[in-house]
Amino acid sequence: MENTFKIFNTDNKISWCPGCGDYSILQSLKQAIFELGLKPHNTMIVSGIGQAAKTPQYVNANSFNSLHGRALPPALGIHIANPELAIFVTSGDGDTYGEGGNHFIHNIRRNPNMVHLVYDNRVYGLTKGQTSPTTDIGNITSNAKEGNKTPPINPLQLALTLGAGFVGRAYAHHRDELKELIKKAYEYDGYAIIDILQPCPSFNKKNTAQWYEENTYYSHHDTSDFSLAYELSGYVNKNIPLGILYEVKTEPFLDRTEKKDFLHKNQSIDIKSLIQDFV
Amino acid sequence: MKKNILIGGAAGQGMKSLSHIIGLALKRHGYYVHTHTVYMSRIRGGHNFFQIHFSDQPVTTHSHKLDTILALNQETVDKHKNRLKSDGFVIGDESLSAQGLLLPSKNQAQAINHLKGNNIILLGGLVKAFNLDKKIFLDVLDQVFKNKALDLNHRALEIGYNLAQVKVQLPNKTDDNHMLINGNQAIALGSIAAGLGVFSAYPMTPSTSVMNYLLDHEKDMNYKIEQAEDEISAIHIAIGASAAGVRAMTASSGGGLSLMVEAIGLTAVSETPLVIVDVMRPGPATGLPTKTGQSDLSFLLTASQDEFPRMIIAVKNPEDAFYQTIRAFDLADKYQIPVFIISDQYLADTDLTVDIFKSSHQNNQYLADEHDIDEIYERYKITPSGVSPRIIPGQYNRPVIADNHEHTETGVISEDPINRTEMHLKRLRKLDTLRKDLIEPDFIGSDKAETVLVGFGSTEGAIKSFVKNHPEYCGLVFGDVYPLPLNQLEALSNKTLINVELNATGQLAKLIRMETGIKFDDSILKFDGLQINAEDIKEALYGKHI
Repeated sequence: MENTFKIFNTDNKISWCPGCGDYSILQSLKQAIFELGLKPHNTMIVSGIGQAAKTPQYVNANSFNSLHGRALPPALGIHIANPELAIFVTSGDGDTYGEGGNHFIHNIRRNPNMVHLVYDNRVYGLTKGQTSPTTDIGNITSNAKEGNKTPPINPLQLALTLGAGFVGRAYAHHRDELKELIKKAYEYDGYAIIDILQPCPSFNKKNTAQWYEENTYYSHHDTSDFSLAYELSGYVNKNIPLGILYEVKTEPFLDRTEKKDFLHKNQSIDIKSLIQDFV
Repeated sequence: MKKNILIGGAAGQGMKSLSHIIGLALKRHGYYVHTHTVYMSRIRGGHNFFQIHFSDQPVTTHSHKLDTILALNQETVDKHKNRLKSDGFVIGDESLSAQGLLLPSKNQAQAINHLKGNNIILLGGLVKAFNLDKKIFLDVLDQVFKNKALDLNHRALEIGYNLAQVKVQLPNKTDDNHMLINGNQAIALGSIAAGLGVFSAYPMTPSTSVMNYLLDHEKDMNYKIEQAEDEISAIHIAIGASAAGVRAMTASSGGGLSLMVEAIGLTAVSETPLVIVDVMRPGPATGLPTKTGQSDLSFLLTASQDEFPRMIIAVKNPEDAFYQTIRAFDLADKYQIPVFIISDQYLADTDLTVDIFKSSHQNNQYLADEHDIDEIYERYKITPSGVSPRIIPGQYNRPVIADNHEHTETGVISEDPINRTEMHLKRLRKLDTLRKDLIEPDFIGSDKAETVLVGFGSTEGAIKSFVKNHPEYCGLVFGDVYPLPLNQLEALSNKTLINVELNATGQLAKLIRMETGIKFDDSILKFDGLQINAEDIKEALYGKHI
């Protein structure tokens, strides 16, 4: 096998729509993990259900494809069991912020060492264009024909208030910038979330590729400034800042307790000392 | 000799420690002990009681008539005095209105400035009344209270002992080669013996003490516990850990299991081994949190959509719970399926003397060697047994896929009808393959008996105890409930069959009828939240007055 990102290619036929931002994210992800020196057998892609969640099928690596909304809990279990695996969670705005919202909240508190790529197209793709938790007010969707009336959540502001230590925002079609951001997220010790804005040519008629080009810019600010990060994260409709919005050192999940090696452990167990309490 | 002591009071009055101390000390005298708890969902107040049943012969169930009531309040006397045998007596503070050994325990506790000493003074009274070995009780006090307030506790026990008189002479019993343990502790200990790596759960009565026991020993042993944000997360964390190659378990009660339902299908289709503990309590929704029942069997048989292999093991007593938990991990790994351990509140909270558990264990995760697998690894390879060779991520130079759609042998999502048919059958074949590992139900009594009492799990004690005194009946108690072992059933199908279950619809009998066509002639069903005992079975069969 040649020594390029292609070692992460699979033969599986991709079932995303033409022009979908997912193609770009997939390419950036493969390029990033290749450049990070990772191998298919020590990389773990975890997803739930949705268009984004199909990613494991298109990356030649270990994978765990979980139920809708349930990418983060198995990712945590995998991380506890084998911290050597480089974990990338790939899931959409519906999967992460809707069905899996509770896990999203509590995973931030735990801060396990993993990269979370949220493919945020602000609409449901797999089920044909319903509103998602990040659909803007007024957007016309298949279940909001007069425009969405429920305000969206701001996932990055939520992450910041819960203590997330690495918060990034990307635009899918800027492949190089996204690739570099994924690499920085991987190098971060703890939970790193990147909310990746992307067009959905089939169902999101407002947030198009052209719209993102016109409304985003790369921000160069003091990324350790929480208040500034919170403020910048609030711009989601114009002057949307891209890049690392916030990065501070935090204590990762597995550093909070004594380190244990569960795999390759001695297969014989003695419980004599425990039995003593009962005799 | 059989004695039955009740300790009662309001929640928070320390009955649990007291009952544990008495149970452990009686065991050390060489007696068989059965400690049964009835409590309410309260942290303070309410009426809770413990019944300590002990004998020089094995005890398997609780009973109604009492020899002694150790009463921490008047309510306990009023509620239970009718159950006292003619020579029975109350032990309590002198302020109580009762017949028996009334000691100035509250005054004396105040006098030695040990306000919590009231219970220990009464305990001293009990030790004297039954002419037990004071030294054993002092040692147990030190152990249970981890040497806290040691002198005061010793003084309190002496005070009670000296104030009381001997009222009962027990036969001597000296050789103690048992342990005293409850069902949840035994499940937790079994999981440790099986090489547990990750346990994740959300607290839910009456399953929580499985997590509590594991928490107490997390520092000394090689596993990690994660309290999840909800039961959905709890089961998924365990599935992830198992997929990555460690033994994993989750535990809850019916409500939590209901939240886990979709993930049960995930374990089955991704062929990830998992042990799931359901400590049953009665009622839909919140139901009766602190009561017992066996009403989740039908639910677990089909929980989660479509058809897939699963195994259900009902544990019968703490000893069985320990060994079956180890076996559950082995079978989950061997067949890459979800294995349920079903227990109940009664077992969870019942301390029983059992043979000391085997202390050294080897675990086998049934992982494939590198030479067993092809260059392109087929995680879901179709095999005659239905079991595909399993490697874990990172183990060899090959990626490992776990997928929850229908998929091909290499784990690629597929809606092809031929693939679906073959994959579905491959998974279901595991149910046939695992038949060779099934354990037949326990047969109790004589094969001459013409009527068989058929039950599962924790009703074993009551059935055993009843059959012992009624040889015209025999018993058949299932541990492995699904897949259903058939040999014993078919051999006994010509006898009169009566199912004994703690649910209203006869869920075991329904399963047996569904799987074999065998119909039951009668049933004894109890679903009031309390455990059945031999007297209840007798009453159901013969009526109240015989």
